[in-house]
Amino acid sequence: MTDAIDVTGLVKRFGQVAALDGLDLHVRTGEVHGFLGPNGAGKTTTIRVLLGLMRHDGGSARLLGDDPWASATELHKRLAYVPGDVTLWPNLTGGEVIDLLGRLRGGLDPKRRAELLERFELDPRKKGRTYSKGNRQKVALVAALASDVELLILDEPTSGLDPLMEEVFSEVILEEKRRGDRTVLLSSHILAEVEKLCDRLTIIRDGRTVETGTLTDLRHLTRTTIQADLAGPPDGLASLAGVHDFQIDNGRVRFDVDTDALSPALQTLVKVGVTSLVSQPPSLEELFLRQYSRPES
Amino acid sequence: MTGAGRLIRLILRRDRVLMPLWVVLLGLIPAGYVTSFESLFPTAADRLEYATVSGSNAGFVGLYGLIDGSSLGEIVAWRSGFLPIMVALFAALTIIRHTRADEESGRTELVAAGAVGRHAQLAAALITTGVASLALGAILTAAMLGQGLPAEGSVLFGLELALSGCAFAAVGAIAAQLTASARSARTIAVVALGAAYALRVAGDVSALGDGAVSWLSWLSPIGWATHIFPWGTNNWWPVLLSALFTVLAAGLSAVLLTRRDFGGGLLPARLGPATSHMGTPLALAWRLHRGLLIGWTIGFALLGLIFGGVGGSVVSLIEDNQNLGDIFARLGGASSLVDNYFAGTAGIVGLIASCYAVQAALRLRDEEQSGHAEPILATAVSRYAWAGSHLLFSLLGPAVALLAEGVVAGLTYTEGDLGAIVTSTLVQLPAVWVLAAVAVLLFGLLPRLSAAAWGAPALCLLILLVGQTLQLDQWLLDISPFTHIPHLPGGTVAATPLIMLLAVAAVLTTLGLTALRHRNIPD
Repeated sequence: MTDAIDVTGLVKRFGQVAALDGLDLHVRTGEVHGFLGPNGAGKTTTIRVLLGLMRHDGGSARLLGDDPWASATELHKRLAYVPGDVTLWPNLTGGEVIDLLGRLRGGLDPKRRAELLERFELDPRKKGRTYSKGNRQKVALVAALASDVELLILDEPTSGLDPLMEEVFSEVILEEKRRGDRTVLLSSHILAEVEKLCDRLTIIRDGRTVETGTLTDLRHLTRTTIQADLAGPPDGLASLAGVHDFQIDNGRVRFDVDTDALSPALQTLVKVGVTSLVSQPPSLEELFLRQYSRPES
Repeated sequence: MTGAGRLIRLILRRDRVLMPLWVVLLGLIPAGYVTSFESLFPTAADRLEYATVSGSNAGFVGLYGLIDGSSLGEIVAWRSGFLPIMVALFAALTIIRHTRADEESGRTELVAAGAVGRHAQLAAALITTGVASLALGAILTAAMLGQGLPAEGSVLFGLELALSGCAFAAVGAIAAQLTASARSARTIAVVALGAAYALRVAGDVSALGDGAVSWLSWLSPIGWATHIFPWGTNNWWPVLLSALFTVLAAGLSAVLLTRRDFGGGLLPARLGPATSHMGTPLALAWRLHRGLLIGWTIGFALLGLIFGGVGGSVVSLIEDNQNLGDIFARLGGASSLVDNYFAGTAGIVGLIASCYAVQAALRLRDEEQSGHAEPILATAVSRYAWAGSHLLFSLLGPAVALLAEGVVAGLTYTEGDLGAIVTSTLVQLPAVWVLAAVAVLLFGLLPRLSAAAWGAPALCLLILLVGQTLQLDQWLLDISPFTHIPHLPGGTVAATPLIMLLAVAAVLTTLGLTALRHRNIPD
């Protein structure tokens, strides 16, 4: 099966500044793909190139097997988009905007619309100017999710939602996932959400892809924290390849270890004799913090 | 009231350009009238004739109010009869800008959380605007004294404008308490001002006739202001009436403030429809443009009422006054005086219509910058369809407005030929479209400079006003598309310039739309 989104070596310049500088993004058909990166990394620019709103300066971009710039209008019938910063016309009601966007895309399912309005607890009769940020986002979400499309492009869709609504959003996306025929590109900052929803993810930084793969793949890139009380001195452990930040205090050791070096490190501990052991698996936060803050190589 | 002093400084800082501009500009306009009336009507006999002709014409009385006597000061004060409305408008808008608009945008919330009293913001806005209005009055009084006019009249004329500002600052303050949106508050204030103006017009025009409903003027703060008659009757009691009204209305706004929630209004926010049948970019454009279209069309119809209504008197005035005749000859260039007058007004109306055309075309840029365009263009709507639907209103909206002006002017000026007057306004359209096309070209090619499109009507206005007076070269005059419009009624129609203008408009629009297809959105 071809990829729903196939981006290789994408370059986009604004004057002297390269917003995208050789970005790769491959989203398989039917998967929920997390798209992560610090502010200003180029997530929104990538999405705008994919939507044919901006033209790229280098590399290649294919969307649903077609050129996103040349075939923009045709492609847009097959996708729905939720912008990161939803602005509504002040004098149009939420319901009017939902219907308008749905119709412009080629129609939406009225039953699904009603169901989503109820689940997101959104009053469609209010005027655009009276909605809060979260409610504006719900308007765009309902318009997108009630459309029968192959691809959903969601740019930080939950950044204004309260935890309860975030939960509703997760449920809806999981339902979409179970249907199996919809592809979702989800740009997000909320790690728990990405962990729960996404099959694979891509991390970008300064307009370049730094990591891509499944969560399990990415976990291999990080370290486990070990804390243990030992029977004797841990000879050679501190100098073992893959062991970092080694501390020892009164027979208690604490260190971080790369996933590859976990076995040799544990064997060393066992040889000395362990009276207690705490192992902390790598958290997603740590993974992101390391990727986000890694100095430019 | 705690913190009001600091808030006043904040308002002065934010309005440091805008406020001095309207205060000084509106305060100095009458000084210009003194000079021009002195040269236009040098003798008392000239002024008496002018005052008699103008004061008996319903159109003029509607526009400026009743005329009391024919001394220089009285004529100047009468001719400035639209200024109380301008001052009132600026005052009301300033109040809303610093109260409800701030509250709606969330800025007030930041301030209100500090050590600031409940009434501080409203008080600061009222004090600042009140003082600004009084400063305007002081400037006016000083300017009139400087022109050698008598002292009591000069003081009263200053108070006329100052108190119009104060009264409608208080009206604006009430409007700001009523609704949650600044836009609705502005609408309420402008409608109140329009009603005050309409009452004055009805009362004064009635006074001209049988006087049956002349009391209507006394229901209106604008009516009070124009019944002060500086340098004539020198009425002081409308001044007291206005001052009393200001104090009561400001007090009412302060009471209303305590009766409502922060961020809310006294009038409940209305709910709208839960569903919509809009399904095309054109349907959306209609929703976004219809208010503008209706507003401009009503405005143009009123313009037609004034230009048509004044028509008869103007002709008799011009016949008696060589200077005015020369002015209209410059504007028109056709043979007969009536034709000249209507050809001249058609040119002015065309220029105003081009402002509407530019405004409607630039709505595209607003939509792009506010982020409204992005979700639309992410659906199956092409850029051409999106831009084209807005453009339709930029091109046809002015046509509707011009038609309204022509028809109303033609019907009001009963001695004229309706068809000829309507043709004279509609023939402006090719020039209007060229200016709309300039806006489209900028929007497509240099979107960040879109606002420069306003330079085009400004340049055309400059060429119209000073072109022939300064005897500029023909090529300079030819820059303005309005130079190429035939002078109707009375002139001859050549097809070539009109076709050329249409071709220029078409080429510029096509270039603009092509550039739009090939650029980033948003840029």
